[in-house]
Amino acid sequence: MKEMEMRQVYAQTILELSRKDQRVVALEADLSSSMSTNQLKEEMKDRYINVGIMEAEQVGAAAGLAVTGFIPFIHTFAPFASRRVFDQVFISLGYAQKHAIIVGSDAGVTAEMNGGTHMPFEDVALMRAIPKNHVYDVSDPYEFKAVLEHCYQAPGLHYIRTIRKQATSLYDAQTNFSEGVITVREGTDTTIFATGIMVAEALAAAEILEEQGISVKVIDAFRVKPLNAAAVVQAAKMGPIVTAENHNVIGGLGSAVAEITAEQYPTKLARIGVKEQFGQVGKADYLMEVYQLTCQDIVDAVKRVLN
Amino acid sequence: MDLQHFAKQIRYYTLKELNHLGFGHYGGSLSLVETLAVLYGAEMNASPAKRTDPDRDYFVLSKGHAGPALYATLFLKGYFDEDFLYSLNQNGTNLPSHPDCNKTPGVDMTTGSLGQGISAATGIAKGNKILGKSNYTFAVVGDGELNEGQCWEAFQFAAHHQLDHLVVLIDDNKKQLDGYTSEISEPFDFVEKMTAFGFNSWRIPGNDIEAIQAAIQKAKSLSGKPVAIVLDTIKGYGVPYVAEMKDNHHIRPNAQGVQALKDAVTTLGHELGLGGNE
Ligand SMILES: Cc1ncc(C[n+]2csc(CCOP(=O)(O)OP(=O)(O)O)c2C)c(N)n1
Ligand SMILES: [Mg+2]
Repeated sequence: MKEMEMRQVYAQTILELSRKDQRVVALEADLSSSMSTNQLKEEMKDRYINVGIMEAEQVGAAAGLAVTGFIPFIHTFAPFASRRVFDQVFISLGYAQKHAIIVGSDAGVTAEMNGGTHMPFEDVALMRAIPKNHVYDVSDPYEFKAVLEHCYQAPGLHYIRTIRKQATSLYDAQTNFSEGVITVREGTDTTIFATGIMVAEALAAAEILEEQGISVKVIDAFRVKPLNAAAVVQAAKMGPIVTAENHNVIGGLGSAVAEITAEQYPTKLARIGVKEQFGQVGKADYLMEVYQLTCQDIVDAVKRVLN
Repeated sequence: MDLQHFAKQIRYYTLKELNHLGFGHYGGSLSLVETLAVLYGAEMNASPAKRTDPDRDYFVLSKGHAGPALYATLFLKGYFDEDFLYSLNQNGTNLPSHPDCNKTPGVDMTTGSLGQGISAATGIAKGNKILGKSNYTFAVVGDGELNEGQCWEAFQFAAHHQLDHLVVLIDDNKKQLDGYTSEISEPFDFVEKMTAFGFNSWRIPGNDIEAIQAAIQKAKSLSGKPVAIVLDTIKGYGVPYVAEMKDNHHIRPNAQGVQALKDAVTTLGHELGLGGNE
């Protein structure tokens, strides 16, 4: 499974869940071929619904399906699953307290050639602002699958952002995802909290820093809300903190960590993320340089907070 | 201007531009070529010199993913040079997949999030009406794009405000991203719907230059209501390899496809008397 693209993980997990539970419905908005879910129609029949290019209707109808006892999985590109339909998500799913799972794909710079209109740097921020919403930014196929299965079981609203294609492999079938954070590397001088594609960057940064005599702990904080506060406080007690996200520094992981440290255990902190910029077309590696999301940027940030 | 020739040039450069990148929205770009030829070749008051002239006609490509066809047209009109055209989607480019009014000369409004451009077009038409101007606003929407509820809000606004200098062009190529529009969300009859929404509306052969030109001239002669011309088009028109492909929304060709798309450029090049194809 570690070879599987994230979109295949999504399609397969939905199929498995739908086989054992007739309440599972999958909703698409004319991006099913991009997510490999077009194959689900054959087996899921009328529990697979491609509404067309109607994201507002997709969310509203999902809320109605939840009223009649179904468990909707809603997928479209992350900008459309969040900023395009924020009020529909807020009211019909959040405020109305429905059990639903929203999956936003093409996280951040991985929207690549689709450019600024399609590049979400604010979806986590928006989704975090909805009371009782759960927000995840996943990094690995096993993690994505575990989160999907968890969201299926746990009542309430869930937002998961993911890339669509191949993710770095970090975990296996034995990994325990229940704490919402995973320590992917131990260290003693400082802690990097990272999400999604930035976990791999943080690990690369830690390697570079180790050669320079700096010991870095790396935590994959895939459950951004509720964030594991104990893990953050523990890190703050050890030393300064760096956060790294493929997202705006406003309202995302960096903000979530800063909110906890500021109130519970103030410590030096640096946030790696997109700063006051819109998206644009380009290859992901190029965009990571433009938005200063590379492992070298993380290395520099660690040195800054340690000084 | 010889509009047949202009359309062929637009198709030729649209293909060259997309082939240079290697992948992209071929289908929805190609279905629109004749419409762009009529607008920019004859019916629209727009040119590089009038780029910021408030009295020019405005154009909004609401189905923004067809940007490559618009860019080929703007290049041919002299808004920018050929090298700029081949910067499509390159790192750091000012020519992104979806039109950006802050980056590309000649683009009046940023689009790409479907359903939003058409609303902006109604605002442009309303703004010009308030200002007492008689210029036109042309907006192209996709048949799939018309799934979006926002389009129908825009139409209600346009009809209520009697925006008779707004001409909506519906690229009815029968397909959207995941397949046939009728299988995903039955559109019923666009002409009947638009008429019920308070528009003057009729259907024409949408890849037929003379029919498009006659329709736009007729639109200009009507008053009191906005106009919606339903263009009966073929997705991928003019390039058999693309037109005959089932999933032709976004194409990432294999080696054989690359050759077929290259050959299409060569064929068009010969027809245009351009000889070789680099
Ligand atoms: C709000 C929004 N949702 C989804 C998309 C992704 N998308 C891009 S093009 C497209 C299909 C458009 O179909 P249509 O309007 O018929 O265009 P055409 O056939 O002319 O290419 C989709 C779903 C988008 N760009 N914007
Ligand atoms: Mg279409």
